[in-house]
Amino acid sequence: MLGSGIIQGLAVTAKNFVGSFHDPARYTTQEYPEVLPTLPENYRNFPFLVTENATDPMGTMRCVACQICEKECPPQCIYIEKSKDKKPDANGKMQLYPAVFDIDTSVCMSCQICVEVCPFDAIKMDQVFAIAATDRFTGLLLDRAQLAKPNSYYHTIHPTEATEVDARLAEEKRIAEEKAKAAAAAKAAAPAKALPGDLSRDAGRATDPGLAKASNRVPGQTPAGQQAGTVPSPSNAAGAPAGPAPKPTSPTMKPPGAGGPAASGS
Amino acid sequence: MTVVLAIIALVLLGSAAAAMLSRNLVHSALLLAVSWLGTAAFYLWAGADFAAFAQVIVYVGAVSMVVLFAVLLTRQNPVGDVQVEPASRVRLTAALSVGACVAAVLFAAVVSSDFRPAPAQAPTATVKQIGLELMGPYGAALLIVGVLLTVALLGAIVLAASEPKRNPEDAP
Amino acid sequence: MISAAPESFLERLPLLAGDLIARVVPAPLLWFVTSLIAIVAILAIFGLLFAFLTLAERKILGRIQNRPGPNRTGYFGLLQPFADGIKMLIKEDIVPRDADQVLHYLAPVVLVSLALMTFAVLPFGRHLVPVELDTAVLYFFAAGAATELAVFMAGWASHNKYSLLAAMRALAQLISYELPLLLSVVPVVMLAGTLSTTGIVAAQGGWKFGFIPHWYVFTPWGFAGFLIFFTAALAESNRSPFDLPEAESELIAGHLTEYSGFKYALFFMAEYFGMTALCGMGVTLFLGGWQAPCAFLEVIPSYLWFFAKLLTLLVLFMWIRGTLPRLRIDQLTRFAWKFLVPLALINLGTVAFWHLTVGWGGALQLARWALALVFVIVPFVLIGRRLSAGVAPRTYRYAP
Repeated sequence: MLGSGIIQGLAVTAKNFVGSFHDPARYTTQEYPEVLPTLPENYRNFPFLVTENATDPMGTMRCVACQICEKECPPQCIYIEKSKDKKPDANGKMQLYPAVFDIDTSVCMSCQICVEVCPFDAIKMDQVFAIAATDRFTGLLLDRAQLAKPNSYYHTIHPTEATEVDARLAEEKRIAEEKAKAAAAAKAAAPAKALPGDLSRDAGRATDPGLAKASNRVPGQTPAGQQAGTVPSPSNAAGAPAGPAPKPTSPTMKPPGAGGPAASGS
Repeated sequence: MTVVLAIIALVLLGSAAAAMLSRNLVHSALLLAVSWLGTAAFYLWAGADFAAFAQVIVYVGAVSMVVLFAVLLTRQNPVGDVQVEPASRVRLTAALSVGACVAAVLFAAVVSSDFRPAPAQAPTATVKQIGLELMGPYGAALLIVGVLLTVALLGAIVLAASEPKRNPEDAP
Repeated sequence: MISAAPESFLERLPLLAGDLIARVVPAPLLWFVTSLIAIVAILAIFGLLFAFLTLAERKILGRIQNRPGPNRTGYFGLLQPFADGIKMLIKEDIVPRDADQVLHYLAPVVLVSLALMTFAVLPFGRHLVPVELDTAVLYFFAAGAATELAVFMAGWASHNKYSLLAAMRALAQLISYELPLLLSVVPVVMLAGTLSTTGIVAAQGGWKFGFIPHWYVFTPWGFAGFLIFFTAALAESNRSPFDLPEAESELIAGHLTEYSGFKYALFFMAEYFGMTALCGMGVTLFLGGWQAPCAFLEVIPSYLWFFAKLLTLLVLFMWIRGTLPRLRIDQLTRFAWKFLVPLALINLGTVAFWHLTVGWGGALQLARWALALVFVIVPFVLIGRRLSAGVAPRTYRYAP
């Protein structure tokens, strides 16, 4: 009959109206600042630097300022300055660390290439989307202190990835320690046979390459990180002349004198 | 009361004069609507509220729409200067003679009707009385007016429908 | 059955206030002061009602659409209308250079003033009519008809082809639905025997068996008349599904395109005032005005009953807005002329029959009701079938 469709329509909207007060299926709004959205685990937005613990963020950063992410970043939004001194890393080896590590989030496109190429699992993707700034340039430039976040935070946002990374790093650390024990045992055994004065130099040289090899061993990269094969160790990078590609100019407003310190880090 | 009547008369005649003198056709039509409102105010002053509201509904609400539609749909440029031919002696004599005839008719009508002095209390005609009068003694007039309007409508439709043959490829 | 409640204190409050004013104000100024008070009261009450109607509309539409309405400004968004008012006031008032300045300025003013003038004859309560007119219904529709001129002025003065076209379409819609509106009111006037709104409300007084009110909506012809009046009122106030003249996707905003800031707010206000006034008239003509539904409910003052019924009708307007899609201009004019006008005319005939058979008693009353129902339902079904002949119910075929 004419008008029956209208009555049915009115019934549907009435059901929607009444249901919106008690039925969550009929009230699909999440009122944003009070109710944060549940993000999927694979959601990514802007990178951050992983530190081992929260109490000493600057001291336990995994980043060794190898500048691979800086070179691989497509919009070149990362700016790194190596430090002048070295600090021991998680395995005890002395490594450089980034004195300056800036990411320009107005340029960053969250492509994750920096994560894929990092040999040290030092930079990972964060999930921040509420980092609006009130000025146009400096507010969107995140520095090292703002980028450093602890591994526990990494576990909260990407649990499966974080456990996998932790397992891998623990495995490497174990292998490195075993190697070190084996080398120490060999070293302890060898001087017993040779003269003390002669072989101390040899012993020192014998242990060094072992440790260098252990830290050199390419960690189990994700399949996308094929560049890992070409990753040189930090000491080699320091010794080699500046690579064929000149160091990219800093994307920020830093004065040219401070920027572009070239590959001669230390 | 005379002050009110003076104001109403001023509005009525002033807007009618302005409607005639205005160059902008749409302004003329709207000023004509104002003069109809003035007529309605006059009816209200005279105590005929039914006639006043009927005047507003019919004239201001409907006839003004007809006039405006006609103005807008038939003229190319209703805002521009109305094409007025230059004054000539023929036009002058024609205008004066037509004006004189109309004035003579009105004068004769005014003189021949007898104006009785109005009673102290203005007679109020209720809507019921008006209805009875319309259906009774003035029923014929009502029907003739209805027929007249229908004829006008049909004429308008005939005029509008007799347009050049449309290209059959256009939408119907 | 008139109970003693009508003389309760709350009910007589307006009379007492009138007496107080008459004692305070000298005689020559009395009508001026009472008129001024009535005007100020109407502006204040219906202005606030307009403000909260906009909020209620947004919240109701939101809930129908599975979302909250505005709820950030104040608790539950209660300050939203004031925020909107401030926004409208501080917006820049842009008038096109070639626009007709006088008409552009006058159009919203005329529209709002005429829409407000229609409130003068609505009986808000037993003793609460701003102006008692013998021809109140005619006055109401006269003021409503004059608003169409303002719509044209708005479209013309904007000096914008599309505004003019949209104003023409709006006028076509307003004129088309004027006829069913008036025709559906004529039966009520015929049965009540008077054009005065107070008289029409009084004619709907009393209850059958003590609890069924004599409101006209509870009769077959009254129900049909109410539906026709309600549909025509939706169209006269440019509400969905007849909001072609002002919908944002239709020629931007139709005749309102070139209006910004407070003038746009005035148009908006005029639409809501028109809507409220038409709902008020519908309540007066068909829903018994300020009459209470049952005898013992008369303890609640009459003006509260009027506002309750008014708010019910307004919520019904919003409910329909949230449900029905928009009609095209040819669909709505066809609906008016081919469906509503014939039905309204047939309704007139039904009411004539009803009026002439008042004297039938006993079992013949049942026959009277049955015949009236037949006269109402059969043309509705027949004309409906005839008009929707070519339109089959939709069958959806999805890809396998």
